[in-house]
Amino acid sequence: MIHVNTTVNGDPAEFLCEPRETLLDALRDRLDLTGAKEGCGTGDCGACTVTLDGRPVCSCLVLAAEADGREVGTVEGIARGEALHPLQRKFIEHAALQCGICTPGILVAAKALLEKTPDPSETEVRYWLAGNLCRCTGYDKIIRAVMDAAAEMRENA
Amino acid sequence: MAFDEKTGAFKVVGTRPDRPDGVDKVTGRARFGADASAPGMLHAVIIRSPHAHARIVKIDTSKAEAAKGVKAVVTRVDFAAGLKGEPWNILENVIAGDTALYDGHAVCALAATSLLAAKDAAKLVEVTYEVLPHVTDVDAAMQDGAPVIREGAADSSVPAGMHPNVVRYHESGHGDPDEGFAEADLVIEDHFVTEATHQGYIEPHACLATLGGDGRGELWCCTQGHWNVQKVCAALLGIETSKLRVAASEIGGGFGGKTAVFIEPVALALSRKANRPVKLVMPRADVFRATGPTASTSMDVRIGMKKDGTITAASGVFRCQGGAFPGAPMEFTAMCAFAPYNLKHVRQVGYDVMTNRPKQAAYRAPGSPMAAFAVESVIDELCNRLELDPIEVRLKNASREGTKASFGPKWDRIGLVETLEAAKAHPHYAAPLAPGAGRGVSCGFWFNHGGETAVQLALSEDGTVQLSVGTPDIGGSRASMCMMAAEELGIPYEDVRTTIADTATLGYNEISHGSRVTYASGLATIEAARDTIRKLCRRSADKWGIDPEAVEWRDGAAYPAGPNAGDHDPLPIREIARRMGRTGGPIVGHYEATPEGAGVSFATHIVDAEVDRETGATKVTRYTVVQDAGKAIHPTYVEGQYQGGAAQGIGWALNEEYIYGADGRLQNAGFLDYRIPVASDLPMIDTVIVEVPNPGHPYGVRGVGETSICPPLAAIANAVSNAAGVRMRQLPMRPSRILEALEGQGS
Repeated sequence: MIHVNTTVNGDPAEFLCEPRETLLDALRDRLDLTGAKEGCGTGDCGACTVTLDGRPVCSCLVLAAEADGREVGTVEGIARGEALHPLQRKFIEHAALQCGICTPGILVAAKALLEKTPDPSETEVRYWLAGNLCRCTGYDKIIRAVMDAAAEMRENA
Repeated sequence: MAFDEKTGAFKVVGTRPDRPDGVDKVTGRARFGADASAPGMLHAVIIRSPHAHARIVKIDTSKAEAAKGVKAVVTRVDFAAGLKGEPWNILENVIAGDTALYDGHAVCALAATSLLAAKDAAKLVEVTYEVLPHVTDVDAAMQDGAPVIREGAADSSVPAGMHPNVVRYHESGHGDPDEGFAEADLVIEDHFVTEATHQGYIEPHACLATLGGDGRGELWCCTQGHWNVQKVCAALLGIETSKLRVAASEIGGGFGGKTAVFIEPVALALSRKANRPVKLVMPRADVFRATGPTASTSMDVRIGMKKDGTITAASGVFRCQGGAFPGAPMEFTAMCAFAPYNLKHVRQVGYDVMTNRPKQAAYRAPGSPMAAFAVESVIDELCNRLELDPIEVRLKNASREGTKASFGPKWDRIGLVETLEAAKAHPHYAAPLAPGAGRGVSCGFWFNHGGETAVQLALSEDGTVQLSVGTPDIGGSRASMCMMAAEELGIPYEDVRTTIADTATLGYNEISHGSRVTYASGLATIEAARDTIRKLCRRSADKWGIDPEAVEWRDGAAYPAGPNAGDHDPLPIREIARRMGRTGGPIVGHYEATPEGAGVSFATHIVDAEVDRETGATKVTRYTVVQDAGKAIHPTYVEGQYQGGAAQGIGWALNEEYIYGADGRLQNAGFLDYRIPVASDLPMIDTVIVEVPNPGHPYGVRGVGETSICPPLAAIANAVSNAAGVRMRQLPMRPSRILEALEGQGS
């Protein structure tokens, strides 16, 4: 077993894991953070997206041991207390989710986009989110929610 | 069944409030199938056949059982014996008996103290197979000499002389198609093929099972219908239904694929053997290999038309491959095929064909999209050759209230013509096309369904209400349930909480399928609210010392019905609720029924597509969905259903397919090689909600979930064919197929 010291959503966290264990499994099974989902386990669907030192990654393709000394961000860390992030509010308002299984990964990915690119075009949003599969919505309302959240964040910036 | 129709203006219905489970789902708090755990829980793995067809000679589990951490191993002998009919079919699919029938068929399962330990131990299970000849193609499976999947699987509907793999047969229609074809100015007959596609929900099947030696158990799982899971699991494990309580988790997509039972009985059997909770989550590759793809098809369609666009006759043969078990939805394919049209002469034939593939499961309007692809392609070709407008031709022949459906009954009030008129009037239809682009139009039809339904509505002491329904919320249905309860009771939307109850709490609820939830659970919610109102009025009448009939309910309060009822101050729901313990006890409304007035739904889609003639790649550039919702309770979620169906149809039409090798193994069991549409593949999807009320629902609701996937295959095929200048007869229209078609056209 490997002893991992890491930071998750700004808080210190530590766990023991097997060398071959994924970050996704460690988050879900050792830290009880089940917001990140396993849709495929092969990096194709994006449902497990988290940030590692601010960069979005498929946590099913990252070894848990790699989180040592680094900062992990998950969907559970997006809201501030009871105040939702504009992306979270806009996703609810636009009905950008139906079943909601892809939502955590898409929110984490979209937040990373808007931190880098506050005024993305529709095409930029579509290509940035091309690694996050949604089977319910046809993406229309997701794209609108992200664009609308970006506009609101620019106004309040 | 007659219902009081609501005639006044709606206050809540038709608005767009936030869904009640929204915060849970954007914060990661919502608990899906794989998100539950229990003290002492084991993790399970299923061992599957690598062969398309093989006799299981021996399963040696001794090494696996001796491995560290392994607590239980099960094979077929650990399940109920002597089952017959559909329970036997389900068990045979859940875990193989003597023979593995497809690549991915479960043969053995084990549970260990960790998932990694279980995966390691699974490699130690030694299965000896005797490989048998296999067949995976629908036409090949019907040929003389094709390997027989199972002797005696056919029912009495199959005509004599057919191959044993043909297990069911359907024939319907009216008139004399030959007479009709003779009246036509042009008759086109063509052959069409569609490949199997997967529902593609992002959440793999997952469950947490606890079952003791006394036969008492608890099951948590992602499913579209937990009462069905309870019934099936009890049968497969040989326990009494009521001893097993099943709770539905949040469900990460289903689209029909989670109406079936796959892993839950296995987890329960392992739990019973180990006497510990067992968690079982399907790997994605297993989801592709062993859970419900849709049927693949081979179809022949013939349609005759006069120069003025009148269809004189239509006939079709629809062969549906449904894997190693009976059940391909060929009767739906046949019945939906010509449903949009008012035909004097029509005949449709369907074949249910078994192959060495996974047992097909329902996928959003099962069977209908393929039929529409074949029929609407032929109509498009007729329109092109006769130089007729495709919407005008459809209007001319459209099914209407009172006309005879292609499969028998007379249509009730239906909204096909309204969708066609709305499509014709939409700016999309008049917009100029870019050079090299093509436009396609198609209609589509789905029956919709009612089904067994039970709901309960309990009043809280502060006047808010708790609504319990039994249909898992697969796309925002809690919101529409809250809205209908609030509308009826005259209270704010926020005052209603909707819970998906477990199997111990309500009577039997059929699966969330057949686009039935907003219709049937909605109808039951309205009736339960009316039951509650009757009780509220009685309490008020008792207080006022008048007859309950002299009390009327409006805007969330009881009022004297008229001057003769006396002069009493209105009693708001909050007042009655506060005193209910002293005035007769808890106030609970309920409703149980099998509503049968689910109104059918029609849609018309318009698609623009561009084809790159060098690479064969296709791009959908504009998409418009027009569909009859009867009455849209929450219009944003209705739009979402329209858009989702269209997007799945785009995937089916352009990219998605099950690819089997000569060895009978599935070659693309992952999202990398089985490519569902991603955000950068699609345009915005425009929607038009047409509302032609369904007389079978108090507010006029028709189901909307499934019809949206009926027109896309054909609409896109027509757009691509018109762009490429060559008729595409096989799906998916992947680049290589388009290039082949273009080359064929050049030669």
